[in-house]
Amino acid sequence: MNNVLNIIKDFTQTYHQKIISLARAAENSLNVLNISNDAKKLKEEGIICDLNEGNAPYRPRYIVVDFEKFFKNGSAFLRLNPPKDIWEATNNLLILYKHIPSITTFPVYIGNIDYLLEPFIEDEREAYKAIKLFLEHIDRTITDSFCNANIGPKRTKAGEIILKITRELQNSVPNITLKYNKETDDDFAIEAILTSLDTAKPSFANHEMFVKDLGENYAIASCYNGLPIGGGSYTLVRLNLAYLAKKAKDEGDFLDNILPYAVDVMANYMDERIRFLVEESNFFQSSFLVKEGLIDSDRFTAMFGVFGLAECVNHFINSDNVFERFGHGEYANRLGIKIIEKLSEEVKKHKNDYCKFSNGSFLLHAQVGIDTDKGISPGCRIPIGEEPELPQHLLQSAPFHKYFPSGIGDVFSFDATAKNNPEFILDIIKGSFNSGLRYISFYGNDSDVIRITGYLVKKSDIEKLERGEQVYNDAVILGLGSVKNQRILERKVRKI
Amino acid sequence: MRAPVNKLIPFSSVDGPGNRFSIFFQGCNFNCLYCHNPETINLCSSCGACVDVCPNNALDVIDGKVVWKEAFCLKCDLCINECSNLSSPKVKYMSVEEILKEIIKYKTFLSGVTVSGGECMLYAEFLKELFKEIKNLNLTCFIDSNGLILFEGFNDLLNLTDAVMLDVKSFDEREHIMLTGKSNKNVLKNLVYLGSKGKLYEARTVVVPDVLDNVSNVDNVSRMIAKIDDKIRYKLIKFRPLGVRKEFSKIKIPSDDLMAKLKDIALKNGCKNVIIT
Ligand code: SF4
Ligand code: SF4
Repeated sequence: MNNVLNIIKDFTQTYHQKIISLARAAENSLNVLNISNDAKKLKEEGIICDLNEGNAPYRPRYIVVDFEKFFKNGSAFLRLNPPKDIWEATNNLLILYKHIPSITTFPVYIGNIDYLLEPFIEDEREAYKAIKLFLEHIDRTITDSFCNANIGPKRTKAGEIILKITRELQNSVPNITLKYNKETDDDFAIEAILTSLDTAKPSFANHEMFVKDLGENYAIASCYNGLPIGGGSYTLVRLNLAYLAKKAKDEGDFLDNILPYAVDVMANYMDERIRFLVEESNFFQSSFLVKEGLIDSDRFTAMFGVFGLAECVNHFINSDNVFERFGHGEYANRLGIKIIEKLSEEVKKHKNDYCKFSNGSFLLHAQVGIDTDKGISPGCRIPIGEEPELPQHLLQSAPFHKYFPSGIGDVFSFDATAKNNPEFILDIIKGSFNSGLRYISFYGNDSDVIRITGYLVKKSDIEKLERGEQVYNDAVILGLGSVKNQRILERKVRKI
Repeated sequence: MRAPVNKLIPFSSVDGPGNRFSIFFQGCNFNCLYCHNPETINLCSSCGACVDVCPNNALDVIDGKVVWKEAFCLKCDLCINECSNLSSPKVKYMSVEEILKEIIKYKTFLSGVTVSGGECMLYAEFLKELFKEIKNLNLTCFIDSNGLILFEGFNDLLNLTDAVMLDVKSFDEREHIMLTGKSNKNVLKNLVYLGSKGKLYEARTVVVPDVLDNVSNVDNVSRMIAKIDDKIRYKLIKFRPLGVRKEFSKIKIPSDDLMAKLKDIALKNGCKNVIIT
């Protein structure tokens, strides 16, 4: 109960942040999951981590609502009719957002908002005003950065207005992803790039690659998580490859014994979380989202996360010479691929009947890390401070992306002069996607909004929080932790 | 056929449109006081002075020639600092095929290739062979030149070239000689020739306070550009003391006010595309 009192008395949390913390504390006072001793041990050792999903899952971690259906049918539960103009459209969306559960209690996906709003644009000035209020409302009420809006792939009037307003507002929420493919025209892509150099979004998703892996009906949710629309992910648990490596005698032992063992233990733990959620929590029996067909359990999967590949590989390489380490050395990079290939094989062996969308398999996810990870790199990323030059970096990173349909991405910080030649970045995006990169984010080194690992925060908010002042976005706390533990502000600035 | 290459840069955002593979050739027919890469001016005479300063034995003398062993190089540039001949021992004589192999590695990320220097037009015949191959890769070919060699004499090369970026360092001949050691007659001829053939992507002038008559330079050059084709980009570059020789490192960086004033002059003279960097 001490914990509860601490939350209540905490000076830096806002009222709403306290409510969320209190709910979490209540959930965590339960002990209802049947967790194996092996899983318990690996959890204690920090090798398996469920990212604070809570002890009694009562909603899927990530819900990806079918907003097109919502617009077509309205909602009986919320007593909303299909919208007839831009005001009704944005208003209906804002109402629904407040009823979408998730791990953060805020929606992690808020729709392909340009395509959703495009049919309602009649008068451009009115649309501009409506969308500006809409985006402002989202930033101030969805006070969590793990919220993704999608745009594209094609240029629309609404898409252009959204980019323009995004530059004007300089908000950290929502995160935005441009689904990019050959149908995205260059001018629109350039607008997106200039916006991103200004305010760290949109990121670019390799649309062709996602469609191939997940089908036409996919969305990017939370940071960069590729998930089926009308479904989502029950859970995300992650495996700490950096710590796991220490259990192995050598590379061979790691690949043949330690890794398969850990995958098995973690997969069983995920099974148990899913079992409780589906069979006991009654979420899928009671939620109006299910009843109205806005989500369907057949469109759910679960995400098997990993992080710390770089440190795992470097553990076996055991060299201080940067040219031999992960991201540089040929042997190290090949070992990285070998580990991920083996991981992918092992994860595919495991089946869970509730993951219908992915034929019973869990989907691999390169997890971006959390604020408390000290000295462990996100997913398959090269450690900050050891990044090679950009061309080598992209070529090194690309081969990993195909293994991670539910998300992997790289972040680059560019010198502000890149604004003089945005075509330069477009060339890099095109080349990256041709080379098999799935997702790429960047920002200008002079912008206030910056990308921490997958999510965005304002540098000015981090400074406020550090001074002990309240900020309304709860991801800022994570951002501050990451700045301290993961040297985010020291990311290599690309001056080319 | 081989040509001396000082450096290959696989991604460049400042050498023309989009992302470009830049090739810096060694050797220059100017000797500008403010040169930012003075070690690219001369070919190595193999005097050997730099060999002993190398901390990692990356330099050797073989048959009277200084040889660079790239695998041992720490990229510390101590050798370059030691050289009093405005040269570098780290120059590779590369063939078209060798350069091409590097370009192909990064092809999918590129809009094109830019050749620069030193002065790349010293190797015009080599460039012709190189550009023929690059054209097969569907990449654009840009030349970055100081304009001393007349392009009139190299129409074969020009036909393979998408566009040229030309330095117009001074409009006044005496000032140009003071700065570069050479007359600007050919430079201005090239400006007109390339511009009228639609092959000029950009003209550039470096602004150096106190040393050059910047107002007169920008005024006259921009008039010329506007007369040829007002859409040609005119880039005004702030002098920065980075990498320059000691004697020049004390020169001031031009103020933003001065740059804005010069841009204004160029715009008033009819140039439509003027940028400051
Ligand atoms: S830069 Fe020059 S001095 Fe330094 S290691 Fe390389 S060759 Fe030797
Ligand atoms: S680089 Fe300079 S110092 Fe070294 S051998 Fe050549 S001319 Fe002499």
